[in-house]
Amino acid sequence: MITGQPIDRRDGRQKVTGAATYAAEFAIPATVHAVLVQSTIAAGQIAGFDLAVAQGMPGVLAIITPDNAPKLSTKGGVPQAITQPALQDLEVIYNGQHVAIVVAETLERAQAAAAAVKLRYTEGEAQTTMEGALDQAYVPKNFRNGQRKPDSSRGDPAGSFAAAPVRIRATYTTPNEHHNPMEPHATIAAWDGDRLTVWTSTQGISGAQATLAGMFGIEKANVRVICPFVGGGFGSKGSTWPPATLAAMAARVVKRPVKLVLSRAQMFTSNGFRPMTVQKIAIGVANDGTLLSVRHDGISQMSMPKLGEFVEPVALATEMLYACPNLAVTHRLVGVNQGLPTYMRAPGEAPGVFAIESAMDEVAVALKMDPIVLRLKNYAETDPHENLPFSSKRLRECYEQGAAEFGWARRTLEPRSMRDGDWLVGMGMATSTYPTNQSPASARIRLMANGNVVVQSGTQDLGTGTYTVMAQLAADEFGLPIERVRVELGDSRLPSAPVSGGSQTVASVGSAVLAACKLARDHAIAMAISDAGDRWAGAKPADFHLENGAVVGPPGRMTLGEMMARRNVESVDVQGDAKPPGKDDKTHSLHAFGAQFAEVRVDSLTGEIRVSRLVGVFDGGRVLNAKTAHSQLIGGMTFGVGMALLEETLVDEATGRIVNANISEYVVPVNADIPVITAKLLEADDRVANPVGAKGLGELPMVGMAAAIANAVFHATGIRVRDLPIRLDDMLA
Amino acid sequence: MEGFTLAQPRSLDDALAAGPQAGAKYIAGGTDLMQLAKDNVETPHHLIDIEGLLPDTISTATDGSLQLGALARMVEVATHADVRSSWPALSEALLLSASPQIRNMGTVGGNLLQRTRCGYFRDVGFSCNKRSPGSGCPAIPGESRGLGVLGVSDHCIATHPSDMPVALMAMDASLQLVSPGGGTRLVPFAEFYRLPGSTPEIETNLLPGELIVAVVVPRSASARRSRYVKVRDRASFEFAVVSAAVALEVTDGTVRNVRIAMGGVAPRPWRLSQVEAALQGRPATPESFQEAASLAGEGAVTTKDNAFKVKLMERAILRGLQLASA
Ligand SMILES: Cc1cc2nc3c(=O)[nH]c(=O)nc-3n(C[C@H](O)[C@H](O)[C@H](O)COP(=O)(O)OP(=O)(O)OC[C@H]3O[C@@H](n4cnc5c(N)ncnc54)[C@H](O)[C@@H]3O)c2cc1C
Repeated sequence: MITGQPIDRRDGRQKVTGAATYAAEFAIPATVHAVLVQSTIAAGQIAGFDLAVAQGMPGVLAIITPDNAPKLSTKGGVPQAITQPALQDLEVIYNGQHVAIVVAETLERAQAAAAAVKLRYTEGEAQTTMEGALDQAYVPKNFRNGQRKPDSSRGDPAGSFAAAPVRIRATYTTPNEHHNPMEPHATIAAWDGDRLTVWTSTQGISGAQATLAGMFGIEKANVRVICPFVGGGFGSKGSTWPPATLAAMAARVVKRPVKLVLSRAQMFTSNGFRPMTVQKIAIGVANDGTLLSVRHDGISQMSMPKLGEFVEPVALATEMLYACPNLAVTHRLVGVNQGLPTYMRAPGEAPGVFAIESAMDEVAVALKMDPIVLRLKNYAETDPHENLPFSSKRLRECYEQGAAEFGWARRTLEPRSMRDGDWLVGMGMATSTYPTNQSPASARIRLMANGNVVVQSGTQDLGTGTYTVMAQLAADEFGLPIERVRVELGDSRLPSAPVSGGSQTVASVGSAVLAACKLARDHAIAMAISDAGDRWAGAKPADFHLENGAVVGPPGRMTLGEMMARRNVESVDVQGDAKPPGKDDKTHSLHAFGAQFAEVRVDSLTGEIRVSRLVGVFDGGRVLNAKTAHSQLIGGMTFGVGMALLEETLVDEATGRIVNANISEYVVPVNADIPVITAKLLEADDRVANPVGAKGLGELPMVGMAAAIANAVFHATGIRVRDLPIRLDDMLA
Repeated sequence: MEGFTLAQPRSLDDALAAGPQAGAKYIAGGTDLMQLAKDNVETPHHLIDIEGLLPDTISTATDGSLQLGALARMVEVATHADVRSSWPALSEALLLSASPQIRNMGTVGGNLLQRTRCGYFRDVGFSCNKRSPGSGCPAIPGESRGLGVLGVSDHCIATHPSDMPVALMAMDASLQLVSPGGGTRLVPFAEFYRLPGSTPEIETNLLPGELIVAVVVPRSASARRSRYVKVRDRASFEFAVVSAAVALEVTDGTVRNVRIAMGGVAPRPWRLSQVEAALQGRPATPESFQEAASLAGEGAVTTKDNAFKVKLMERAILRGLQLASA
């Protein structure tokens, strides 16, 4: 089997040698450069533009403002959370809103002219922060795309809480956080009449195609989106944000290909962020640790509703995490004058599980109970929310193996009871879970006369290893060494595939690839049987398989080359499609699980917090490539360390303007912050979940990280921090 | 960034002649200046490259003092054997600064003149009294966790961000300067930086066009036992939340000489003379360290976000004293 092997990422060499061409690097002749101008107030009207200076600067080709911008349409149905096209009116609803595009012959000239564009405003009243408007929380209008209600409950949560002998009530908050992928948003747009081609960095070329077609009122078939490589997205490239649309708009205006690359600072205001959350949790528990009542009320920050809607679905994991008969969750929004939030690695689960798994730790402390014992006491054998069996759930093994690997037994129960010189040492753990998602996807297999195989799908490789694992799957299906399989993706002309988000690419595209492989194999075998005449008369297709470019049968073999030569073709294309069962056909609840452990050290004098060990054991289904899977795990856990201890976007309350829109002051972990990480996957294969057997790994490893660290910090110091990020300020009490 | 000319003068005199003109700016490693220029925070129109025109050497004079050329790279000073053994806090401060790449480019002179990291100063979308005098300071009521608590004014609470000057402040260093016309002067380090008052845009006592030639650091028993403590949220590549340089001479269990300076708390490296006075002549014990350190926050003016720094200063000094006396 090639699938599962820890083979090197196929595009690794290209990437490290600079040979991989990213969106901004395509050399499109006659390309000019666009730079965005952004508002410096949070609310009001643009009273006018002073453009004389900028227009007179060398190389300036156009300055596009709402006064002269082509009108964009939303009628075509834009399949995105962000529904409001930019530059269509003079209203300002957040600081950093795109208000003009400057196009010039060179990037430097466009930048200089953009800095010279002056705006006059009539300032309005702004509500810039969520804290001040919590009393205006409202019910989301389009929660989960209307697929479910924002609230749910079972049993009698209020009555059971009132009657519970032990009660915990606490409020947890998480801040605005920004994705900060290495590669910024970048688009080159070129028109040929009514046909638009964009080279853009996106997690969803099919969404980009549909959005751009909708905005410009053209046929989807007339938009081509090309994206062979993505330098990370983490959710910020899931929707098609204004910069891509504005690049296309600018190209239309100047009638030249236009390149638009965001600056790092602009990455803080142009492509969403994880919204701040305020989460109230109430847990009622029996003295033996049995959960009697759980309540999780989540509020997340929203922009002004005009931009669209995004809800951080913090309480969904709480519904299914533990067996508890009485439970209620709610989701609310608070609209402020900031940009539209969006998905960021494990949207909902990451902040939500921080809250619920911190609260579970508080329960364990109140009961003087081991945190793992408490969790096992309330282990959900079946999904208590959906009332369905899990397709697979081996969380118990995750706890056991994780505890053994971590040395949990060495942990003493009392907080502040472990020390190493000046350091207070703490051990914490948390459960992790993430739903196994799948969306409809298609893939094409091209069987070549030389026996090689090309796999094609309009998906994209975020850097996670899609090129590599799809080749591994196909290689096994055709009995070929991996060198003889080529994978093509990142072009909207290829069979369509969903957004690479929700950890669903392997389940969605992998299933389509397997379906296409099977059809292609069947097709080749049918050709062989019909070509063989008497030799294989009466043989059943099941008696054949493909190996090294030939159909192998009982007995003998026939090469694809022979068959194609006979038909005078060079290749044979077969398309396969895969989609998840419909809502009503669902027989199982699909989730990945994990147990995450952290050891932290807190300097007893300075309060500095350092992570000294991390262990995660995950039940993520089948592993397609042990190396790229491990990279997802250690990357996700590292991301979680940032969330727990460092990341916070600071917004100036008076102006609604971000104060740390750079990666010098918006700090993410560096190598020195990350200890050796032990990350393991149970050997598993869940074909009930999907034909690939995988449950998704991109987001799972960050879900439990913040709570595990917060719990370890409590264990080290006796200080419970309920507001992320946890910093030394909190430790100085 | 606005357009600029780049001059590479052949001689120091040529550089000094060009220095005072309007819009002129010297450039050394460029690691701070270029970033400020790209963000339109500084808009130099004539850059004068001083590479090769000033000393880049590290040496000791006959009186034993250390001479750091203004163009010596941060990495060279940090790893210099004599610096490591006789001025350890200086080496530590530099090794804990920035990243290897920046330390390879950044110079002693440039590090002394790094501008504040205050987010309001570094974004032209905000008002800032330092960047455009009289426009107001939104940082004081705003996001001020990283900003100063000592020596601040109603006009500005920005901190000086560099680490090396904090160590120098605890070592009674002085600066050798040369001005257009060729005049040189030696300025005690403690008199080099200015407090913001109502003119936060003026940060040093450098005259127009004046250049830093070298830093002179006397050799002393306390400098030999100096340590640098940098407290920060992440383990590397971050500015100090608070830092402390402690130089300590103890004989027979008694504090003979002590110098304490702090970073991350004031518009310039901040000497804590009241803490020093409380230690002078006292036994070098945890009790007297604690007692003296508790005076650290005297006179502090805090905001909603940075009040914790008072306690943190005390803790950082304690750690410094512990390390230096170990
Ligand atoms: C991401 C990042 C993190 C950093 N972290 C730290 C840190 O933790 N600690 C720290 O201390 N520093 C840190 N730095 C700052 C770094 O140390 C400085 O950028 C560097 O020291 C500046 O030196 P330079 O030679 O490049 O100065 P330049 O950028 O060339 O010059 C800076 C200023 O000094 C003036 N100048 C330079 N030399 C002279 C001279 N001889 N006489 C008169 N004027 C002169 C210039 O005109 C300019 O105004 C960091 C920087 C970055 C970008």
